[in-house]
Amino acid sequence: MSTVATPQAGRVRSMVDFYLTTMRTQVQTQFQYRVATYMYLVGMVAEPVIYLVVWTTIADSHGGSVEGITAGQFAAYYIVWTLVRNMNIVFTPYGWEWRIREGTFSGLMLRPLHPIHYDLADFAGGKVIWVLLYLPIAAALALIFKPTFDVTPLEIVVFFFAIWGAYLIRSMLLWLLGMVSFWTTRGSAIFETYVMAELLLSGRLVPLPLMPDWAQTLANWLPFKWSFYFPIEVLVGHLSAASLIGGLGMQAVWITIGSLAVWVCWRASAKHYTAVGN
Amino acid sequence: MSDPAVIHVSELTKIFNVPEREAGLRAAVKSLFRRKTRDVTAVDAISFEIGPGEVVGFLGPNGAGKTTTLKMLSGLLYPSSGEGRVLGHVPSRREKDYLRQITLVMGNRNQLQWDLPALDSFELNRAIYRLRREEFLQTRDELIGLLDIEDLVRKPVRNLSLGERMKVEVVGSLLHLPRVLFLDEPTIGLDVTMQKRIRSFIAEYNRRHGATVLLTSHYMADVVALCKRVIVIHHGRILFDGALSALSDRFAAYKTIEVDLADGSVSLEAYGEVLEREGDRAKLRVPKADTPRIAARLLGEQEVADLTIEDPPIEDVIELVFAEGAQ
Repeated sequence: MSTVATPQAGRVRSMVDFYLTTMRTQVQTQFQYRVATYMYLVGMVAEPVIYLVVWTTIADSHGGSVEGITAGQFAAYYIVWTLVRNMNIVFTPYGWEWRIREGTFSGLMLRPLHPIHYDLADFAGGKVIWVLLYLPIAAALALIFKPTFDVTPLEIVVFFFAIWGAYLIRSMLLWLLGMVSFWTTRGSAIFETYVMAELLLSGRLVPLPLMPDWAQTLANWLPFKWSFYFPIEVLVGHLSAASLIGGLGMQAVWITIGSLAVWVCWRASAKHYTAVGN
Repeated sequence: MSDPAVIHVSELTKIFNVPEREAGLRAAVKSLFRRKTRDVTAVDAISFEIGPGEVVGFLGPNGAGKTTTLKMLSGLLYPSSGEGRVLGHVPSRREKDYLRQITLVMGNRNQLQWDLPALDSFELNRAIYRLRREEFLQTRDELIGLLDIEDLVRKPVRNLSLGERMKVEVVGSLLHLPRVLFLDEPTIGLDVTMQKRIRSFIAEYNRRHGATVLLTSHYMADVVALCKRVIVIHHGRILFDGALSALSDRFAAYKTIEVDLADGSVSLEAYGEVLEREGDRAKLRVPKADTPRIAARLLGEQEVADLTIEDPPIEDVIELVFAEGAQ
């Protein structure tokens, strides 16, 4: 008579255990490459620093501000920008193409757990290290660029939830894009288009208040703002309590929409999986 | 069969639609406007049943449909038609209860955390399969002991040799005590000693836990050591399903007679095809039906010190089966 291991009781408890164990595993992996991770982070700072220098120069040449945003506020924006960017880096369609081509996705599909949980937990573990490593860099940037911060305890609490909300929204969106790889091995081409829209409408390239009104209105109805600009605005803007809670609500709406879309698309995509490679 | 089948496959088919075009720039440009595809039948209406605790060899040349079948049975691939049932589940539904009871080990794939010691990957598997800690530790230590890899599981996986990695990989894939093992070339690329080790481990796991095993391997030693029954597949179709010992009876048209003569200089061409000749020893290939008569003639006409009759090596028999399938 064959034996089979009995499952641990409690689905929620098991799921928490899975998330914590996977995060812990990822933290250990990151420790293996701490220098490489640090170098990566330092390299990542280049993009916001360029934006920051450009906007500071423009602000200085316009009498100290651009559309009411001062050099200090630009500094605060881009220092928080980098933290949020760290948080919303997730598995891209390039990674999807690779894992489908190499056959490593098969391993995830054989587990009695939706593969998205592994990606969410794995990247979440990485965030812990990346954010910790970023703090000294943020301090150095603050010393150099002298940001203007005026933060309330409520904003700090909302920011904590907002960065994880941003992480979940972007995870869902990129999972949806990633699943295109089940149909074509060149899903990353669509990702390029996505990134262009995201750059413009998320506040990544230009702070949203500097965009035309129509673009700001459009951004309100798309997910990009809620996965990038909103968490930054929580710390560097002066949102009312209602706007803060409303923003978290919008994030919840996009997480729900994303989760449902992933759930529906996954059923069709899994059937289409051809297990290329192995 | 008194026990219900653990694996039940009926008319299972997988057809891949693959794009194709000629080489060259012109064909590339043409394919932008008109994409040509072709249906390739990887598995063609195969049927078989495997009972509880059976270890079955699934044999075939490259591209025969072995791995595709294993992937369909483990829920990785959705069949084009036909039915597959394993442990009462339809694999393509990928139910959690089903996935908890099976494992698919692919010899050339690594599922462990590359940068960490295997023990960390095992811990992750504990969480994935929701294993009770006490049971997990007991199973883990038992499997580690069985394969004698206590020192390996503490090294980062990236520092292990291929064979060592395969050992820890196999342990990792059995921690949840699966009832059905799909093993796809588990010993590929390993040296003979390591192959033996993995083989005896699989046999022991099967004995202790009564697991059902479907194994593909190009190493006949794996098949001979583990499988009483084999299923031979070629071009997606089953050519043979039965006892390994029956393969030669059905497909080998000849046997070999190994004879030790008192006088090594006598001519043996009259008895059969001489395969080897070394001093007083000779190996002859003779038609299967004529074997008793030729052996009797040899014994009667020559001064024979020793004579053995053997079936041809299993590799040769399998080759014959494939050749027949190709026709």
